[in-house]
Amino acid sequence: MGMNMQTKLRDFHQARWDEPIIFELSTPGERGMLLPPVEEEVAQKGAQGLAKIPASLRRSTPPALPEMGQMRVLKHYLRLSQENLGADLNVDVGQGTCTMKYSPKVNEVLAANPALSELHPGQDESTLQGLLEMLFKTEHALKEISGMDRFSLQAGGGSHAIYAIVSIIRAWVDATGQSDTKDEIITTIFSHPSNAAAPVIKGFKVITIYPDAEGRPDFEALKAAVNERTAALLITNPEDIGIYNPRIKEFTDLIHSVGGICSYDQANLNGIMGITRAKEAGFDLCFFNLHKTFSAPHGCGGPGGGVIGVTSELAKFLPVPLVEFDPSKERYYLNYDLPESIGKVKDFYGVVPVILKAYAWIMSLGQEGLTEAARVAVLNNNYMFRKIMKIPGAGAPYAEGEHRVEQVRYSWQKLKEETGIGSAEVQNRMFDYGVHYWMSHEPFIVPEPFTVEPTESYSKQELDEFLAIMEQIVKEAHEDPEMLRHAPHKSTIHHVDHDYLDDPKKWAMTWRAYKKKYTGYFEPRK
Amino acid sequence: MADRKKIVYPYIPNSVPEVQEEMLASIGAKSIDEFYQCIPEPLRFRGKMDLPEPFLDEYSLKRHMEKMLKKNRGTHENLSFLGGGCWQHHVPAVCDEINHRSEFLTAYAGEPYEDHGRFQALFEYTSMMGELLEMDAVNVPTYDGSQAASTALRMACRITGRDTVLVAENIHPDRMLVIRNYCHPGVTLRTVPFCEKTGTLDLEALKKSLTPDVAGLYVENPNFLGALETEASKMAELLHSSGALFVVGVDPSSLGVLAPPVQYGADIVCGDIQPLGMHMYAGGARAGFIATRDEERFVQQFPSRLFGVAPTTHKEWGFGDVAWERTSFAKREEAVEFVGTASALWGITAGVYLALMGPQGMKDLGEGIFQRSAYLAAKVQELPGVKVLFEGTPFFKEFAVNFQGTGKSVQEINKALLERGVFGCLDLSRKFPSLGETGLFCVTEVHSQDDMDTLVRLLKEILG
Repeated sequence: MGMNMQTKLRDFHQARWDEPIIFELSTPGERGMLLPPVEEEVAQKGAQGLAKIPASLRRSTPPALPEMGQMRVLKHYLRLSQENLGADLNVDVGQGTCTMKYSPKVNEVLAANPALSELHPGQDESTLQGLLEMLFKTEHALKEISGMDRFSLQAGGGSHAIYAIVSIIRAWVDATGQSDTKDEIITTIFSHPSNAAAPVIKGFKVITIYPDAEGRPDFEALKAAVNERTAALLITNPEDIGIYNPRIKEFTDLIHSVGGICSYDQANLNGIMGITRAKEAGFDLCFFNLHKTFSAPHGCGGPGGGVIGVTSELAKFLPVPLVEFDPSKERYYLNYDLPESIGKVKDFYGVVPVILKAYAWIMSLGQEGLTEAARVAVLNNNYMFRKIMKIPGAGAPYAEGEHRVEQVRYSWQKLKEETGIGSAEVQNRMFDYGVHYWMSHEPFIVPEPFTVEPTESYSKQELDEFLAIMEQIVKEAHEDPEMLRHAPHKSTIHHVDHDYLDDPKKWAMTWRAYKKKYTGYFEPRK
Repeated sequence: MADRKKIVYPYIPNSVPEVQEEMLASIGAKSIDEFYQCIPEPLRFRGKMDLPEPFLDEYSLKRHMEKMLKKNRGTHENLSFLGGGCWQHHVPAVCDEINHRSEFLTAYAGEPYEDHGRFQALFEYTSMMGELLEMDAVNVPTYDGSQAASTALRMACRITGRDTVLVAENIHPDRMLVIRNYCHPGVTLRTVPFCEKTGTLDLEALKKSLTPDVAGLYVENPNFLGALETEASKMAELLHSSGALFVVGVDPSSLGVLAPPVQYGADIVCGDIQPLGMHMYAGGARAGFIATRDEERFVQQFPSRLFGVAPTTHKEWGFGDVAWERTSFAKREEAVEFVGTASALWGITAGVYLALMGPQGMKDLGEGIFQRSAYLAAKVQELPGVKVLFEGTPFFKEFAVNFQGTGKSVQEINKALLERGVFGCLDLSRKFPSLGETGLFCVTEVHSQDDMDTLVRLLKEILG
């Protein structure tokens, strides 16, 4: 029998292959891959290439890699993949802040095209015109979406983009002779943790603003924090709790009034794309995540893409190279001639396959489609918001009665008080129904938090399925809390003992470390 | 009333007007616009974006994209000897197969329960890298080799409590830019020159640079010029006697033959795993590894995620984040550096590669590259006026060739090669002006004797 369409609940069980660690599958002598043979003449004439290696640089023992036939390697990894719940398989609305939308398959096919995958970065520009055109046109689209004047596509993810932005802020502070006077960066607690962490590397002191009673960044606290030492504000809007700050222009004005600049973390762009832009809100810098808003897949945590936009005043600090078009020659080229550039944040020109997927996604939607994606993301979110608020035990602190943008940070505080079951237990039980669920970035300002971001990718039926699972778990919390405490029951594995991850004597980050510390199944070596 | 919709987008199921109306009605809202009342009018964008008409159907999109990509010429249809940190290696089909699996490709931040597969696959990746490097702690990959080197140097500063780092001048100049930016401010970076006769680090200069404030030296082996740092263990002695750490960048494809840097005294080893199953993507597919001994003073200084193995209540292999509290996810500005989405899927892919290759595959790979590059260097050396630099220094995969004596610039030679369908060498004349008209040639397992002989024949023709 299939899923019960009345209750919308599945009798799910995740794949459980009980798959050994790959080293346990090794059989000496087996081969997974052979290499092109070295021709006899090459071996002879090239023999001294090997002979010249001094003994001190020669490997004495072969690396203890597994030895496996090709099919066994394939099978091992296919089994592991089945023990992984990707967004393509679940209703992945439970990973708030991360915009788990559909990554179109055609874009994967396009990115695998050898005319992209087999390019070398050192090729003559005349042989890279398609690539450069794609990079140039992606930048153009991003400028239109944000209102900013220039973009760099170099950074490899959102946090990396934040780091690149803080590098530009540092360069700007230094170039304007303010190194000694501007050394503070302000961010908010509901902005991504990297907004607080990355500035430290660039020598800034970090000040964090907490929310006011309505959940918006506290303007009075900001006023108290802002002074001549303020170099920049790094802020998200809507913040990770899904509430839009309508006074954002006052925030950026205030920073500008003391000679600071403002960076917009647009990880939460998805609900406002085509609706409102960084430019009008007074930002000097911003960034987008190509693996979130622009549909490139998340790849278990990358490769991603972080693209940073700046006003024309700051463009001279961008990492090199930029992609330019010379209309007289009808030719795209790489521009390294930026004497005040921060240099580079990453090898070469950015995460090319990810950029291509983002470009293809933009080209498949256009302005109307991008705006429709935002509008439906917001519709889906507010639909779920109203439904979740009706689930007994669920709440959403702040801004009562107001709508949310593209996500909501909820709380199971009431459920916890009533049943002893909190967000961590709910999380482990969600897996039993075949869906992913995430709580919140730390610290948990909202108690017993969870964050739902439905994006535009899921049908109403799927949203209803996710809601039904949550309702069911709340029911279980009242009826059988003990069962919940031992969840997951239908996942690949059961409860992990975290002591083995935090205690230096017990942790093992590699198989060789495990074998040094243990024998058999976690039996300590004497 | 929902807005009138002309288009139902395949990627946006709820773009169906009737569904939107039903959803709005069920929550008592009148229109989607209602949800945007929070955005003040001056901030609303009412303009027209300068974007082309979209390709709403998949076929038209594909056609548009393929037309654009066709303007590229790649190494799949042209013989190429370009290297310099991005290398043309064969990518096994199984690597692509696993890299493209929906379950891995589209997962993100799942827990060790429903994402058991990625935790195990990444633990196995770090474990296999650990075997290759003979080190016990390896990170979940960071952005690329340049980030890995930059972080390794910051780690060295924190571990030693010092704030000056030395960086060898024979690394990729672009990597130097990344490291410089990552060190500024807070860490003083001094470069150490290389000997132009041997291509290797100048040990005397290193000795002079080794002041008590030096936290560590970053050197690559093989270095950017392809040369092996034959005196690496002396560097280690010098550094250790001064209380500094030895940070070594290494090309993992060399390690079936070359000793892992820990054998000659490295404390932190880093590099890029691009050669392990990643297509080149114009330098757009990369991931950085960092490895140390399993000592808490090292491990606590990693900003990256570290996956460890742990028991479960049911005696399964369980996994999770090691020392989570050190990360910026847990501690924001109190953490060491920062962590975020980086390059996990490439880590899984590199694991597949190492499992396919095994010890024999890695040995064959390394040996073949040593032989082939030595073969080509010897053949090129026979051409009149052409000089392979750093005579006597062993090299791997890459070697520098000086064309001063031919009366032709590297640029001219490359142009002539391109006209003949060959991507020649990486021009070093601007990157390392002191080397004159010099280019870097790269040879891997993909180059047959015929390929190399073709290059030599064309060079002969071009040089006249």
